[in-house]
Amino acid sequence: MSAIIEIKNLSFAYDEESQQKTLSQIDLTIEQGQWVALIGHNGSGKSTLAKLLDGLLTPTEGTITVAGLPLNEENIWEIRDQIGMVFQNPDNQFVGADVEGDVAFGLENRGVSYEQMHQRVKEALEAVNMQAFAKHEPVRLSGGQKQRVAIAGVLAIRPQIVIFDESTSMLDPEGRAELVALMRRLNKEEGFTVISITHDIDEAALADRIIVLEKGKVIDDDMPENIFTRGNELSKVGLDVPYPERLKHELAKLGIKVPKKYLTEKELVDWLWQFNLKN
Amino acid sequence: MDKLLLGRYIQGDSLVHRLDPRAKMILCFYFVLIIFLCNNWQSYLLLGIVTLFSVLLSKISLSYFVKGIMPLIWLILFTVLLQVFFTRGGPTYWQFGPLTLTQFGLVNGFYVFCRFVLIIFMSTLLTVTTTPLAIADATESLMQPLKKLKVPVHEIALMLSIALRFVPTLMDETTKIMNAQRSRGVDFSEGSLISRIKAVIPLLIPLFVSALTRAEDLATAMEARGYRGEEGRSKYRVQVWHLQDTLALVFFFLVTLALIFLRN
Repeated sequence: MSAIIEIKNLSFAYDEESQQKTLSQIDLTIEQGQWVALIGHNGSGKSTLAKLLDGLLTPTEGTITVAGLPLNEENIWEIRDQIGMVFQNPDNQFVGADVEGDVAFGLENRGVSYEQMHQRVKEALEAVNMQAFAKHEPVRLSGGQKQRVAIAGVLAIRPQIVIFDESTSMLDPEGRAELVALMRRLNKEEGFTVISITHDIDEAALADRIIVLEKGKVIDDDMPENIFTRGNELSKVGLDVPYPERLKHELAKLGIKVPKKYLTEKELVDWLWQFNLKN
Repeated sequence: MDKLLLGRYIQGDSLVHRLDPRAKMILCFYFVLIIFLCNNWQSYLLLGIVTLFSVLLSKISLSYFVKGIMPLIWLILFTVLLQVFFTRGGPTYWQFGPLTLTQFGLVNGFYVFCRFVLIIFMSTLLTVTTTPLAIADATESLMQPLKKLKVPVHEIALMLSIALRFVPTLMDETTKIMNAQRSRGVDFSEGSLISRIKAVIPLLIPLFVSALTRAEDLATAMEARGYRGEEGRSKYRVQVWHLQDTLALVFFFLVTLALIFLRN
């Protein structure tokens, strides 16, 4: 696998005068096709990092390379063609007057021809299963549906990387589960590189790799199973652990010997069955 | 305000619905202009028939339009009465101080009434059969010639369509803030004029702040999706001018000819 995003010695401060940096000396490499979850406390710099990647903010120091192109004034639009972003508030990122119009917005900006645009909008809406809503206005859609439209807008421009900036945080559990399933499909079946910024630890647990940010620094960067077995460290920086891990913790408190290794929900269920049989 | 039909879209599939929104806008403005050509009952009758014919073509029931006029009826009656009592000429039927009831006055009052009703019918017909979005698109396309005068047509059209898209969202938000403030004890509907104006502040300031947040989020989202102004943009919705649009224009041209013939 080749690296699609390379970040070298990146620093950023919103206020250049102040000593307080939002991000300091970040070095990261993200491989093509990976699903990376970026987690951290409020104010740890997660969203800032996402905006830096897309060139919406300019780093104070350091370099970013996306798909082989260094991020600078000249390449910025080419790089944005490679990155699709889905933001937190489904209402505030809906530009078009109706679903179709919103999905087409990115294509219009790129000057795609009429026939091709209609074809791609149709395909993108099919991919997120929203074709029946093509003519609907945003007020007639639920939050989860609006986020699906936002994803369709991203798919239509065919980027290599999709960044979800807390896209599930304003949704109900059902909408969230649906969106996570969609993310998974985009990553596993369609081969998109997915970067998801999230507070939802159960969503992060599905990723290939988790990067933990704290006060603008990367404090941990590993596979989920390794990160979650170090549960204590996570709770120290104010982050939660996934549900199976919490259950294990409660069981350990009751004096039951639980496996050290990280278990997914299914694995935990299997282990409980076996445990039940043994005793 | 709920009863006001003007500015509301009713879905349908009629000849009027299918007309190009540009044609409809041109015709609506044109109608308002030619109605001032009328100066006798024959000409008003002609335009009345034209309006009735257009309304019937839209397959939207006439009672809807009549209901749409109701909120404006006081304004219309007031203007009509002014005309009736302050116009002099012809035989006088009744006089009291400055008020006179003359033949001219009655006739003029009737004409003003017709003018009001016909203009409201026609503009209601435009908004009832055309989506706000289509009107915004039509405005952009009709304003194209102004580009030569350095008018930022694309920017105006973009503002218009974003404004239209956010109207319901902001309405929802207004209701939410009102309820939130009510639950904290703000009273919006009672007290003197000054205390009522003061009560609006806890509604306006949060709304203003949230509009700014929305604007910033939207700008970020637009930029992230590759928006960089008008240059090099293509259009998803293209309005197509059909034969029926040309025919509608020709029809109104013929009506104008008949009108010039009928007026005295």
